[in-house]
Amino acid sequence: MRHDHLITSKQFSRADIETILDYAAEIDDDPSAVADRHAGTLLGLLFFEPSTRTKMSFETAMKRLGGDVVDMGSIESSSVKKGETLADTVRVIEGYADALVLRHPKEGSATMASEFVDVPLVNAGDGAGQHPTQTMLDLYTIRENAGLDDLTIGIMGDLKYGRTVHSLAYALTNFDAHQHFISPESLQLPREVVYDLHQQDAPGIREHDSLEEILPSLDVLYVTRIQRERFPDENEYQKVAGEYQIDAETLEAASDDLTIMHPLPRVDEIAPEIDETEHAAYFEQAHNGVPVRMALLDLLLSDEAVLGGDDDE
Amino acid sequence: MSDDHDHHDGNDEHELRVSKIRDGTVIDHVRGGQALNVLAILGIDGSDGEEVSVGMNVPSDRLARKDIVKVEGRELSQDEVDVLSLIAPDATINIVRNFDVVEKHRVERPDVVEGVLSCPNAGCITTSGEPVTSRFTVLEDGVRCDYCGTIVREEIASLIDT
Ligand SMILES: [Zn+2]
Repeated sequence: MRHDHLITSKQFSRADIETILDYAAEIDDDPSAVADRHAGTLLGLLFFEPSTRTKMSFETAMKRLGGDVVDMGSIESSSVKKGETLADTVRVIEGYADALVLRHPKEGSATMASEFVDVPLVNAGDGAGQHPTQTMLDLYTIRENAGLDDLTIGIMGDLKYGRTVHSLAYALTNFDAHQHFISPESLQLPREVVYDLHQQDAPGIREHDSLEEILPSLDVLYVTRIQRERFPDENEYQKVAGEYQIDAETLEAASDDLTIMHPLPRVDEIAPEIDETEHAAYFEQAHNGVPVRMALLDLLLSDEAVLGGDDDE
Repeated sequence: MSDDHDHHDGNDEHELRVSKIRDGTVIDHVRGGQALNVLAILGIDGSDGEEVSVGMNVPSDRLARKDIVKVEGRELSQDEVDVLSLIAPDATINIVRNFDVVEKHRVERPDVVEGVLSCPNAGCITTSGEPVTSRFTVLEDGVRCDYCGTIVREEIASLIDT
């Protein structure tokens, strides 16, 4: 089946991922080769939650392909404020744009929205659900720094609400990756995600409450933010917060080749002193968003059935 | 109803005794305590004047205690039977015409249940006033929302959209 929409990282096979990453690398090497590929194409940006970074990244990617964007603007000034359903909004904007990018606070919103439109729809985050383009740029960064096979990765922080984590964990099951999940008990991976990972026969899934025992064996440490507001009381937060912060002292136990990633924005999870070390890959990770999204948008907007095999139309 | 001991298929006399309705459906071998949920699934609350009898915690060879629901004048559709299977996986459905059991089948778990259950996840798009029909994939030991991925294993009957 050809995938006209990009909803979840579960829809990618290993071959799909490799095709996308290879193509992103090609674009990264020579962006000018695709500079006019989508002249005249309009991408509709529907951000029901503020995310300047992700929005700019899509906007840049589309413009670098020769296209442009139309933006529904801030939520406050839009018809959403007047109570319009998401189903109606996407059907209206579909008339203006050749593809849609949706960020929405509700889980399953991208799946639902895609059922109402004929143009390709890209999920740019649905509540605590999925964020597949982030996953692709994460995979791209991991491949560049550590390789995707025979990988030992630690994923640490708020694993419960972190959609980037859920998306990444699914995608990594396509590779020979050992995944260690490190979080306070109250922010563990949702049981649904663990269930799926086991369904996928993921080679190694382990959960930990501290980084210490596992740090020396890691090739990659993927850090996410623990939000203060997730904790019912401040004391609970203070108890765990320090344990999940990375500084030079923490890294004494780490391998010299350890790559540290973070979807950004960070608050205090990673001390600034790490930024200048060989370990830091998070700014590179953010920059990779553009070539990766260029590759994804190009594949979605072209008639080639690249994302997932045969065309079913 | 208390003399309603449970025998296996093929006992016509027994079937007749279970099925003391003229035309309609007898849902037998419902797990003890689930009869009212069966009625909820079928949307039967008596307000339309249906003639309904319910036996609860009747002794049964197969289930120890079972419930029985008899509905006069109504034959269940396949959809209704599918959804019943979620809370009454051992149920047998007897379709009765003119006091005879004319069809008898076991429920089968469907792959998907649409428009019957509502998602318990408050963050799920299907619970926020969108024009979308709920859809759950049936797992071996529960159901899963096709939109947000939430898995429900217990008290599925409490999700029934009434
Ligand atoms: Zn749901």
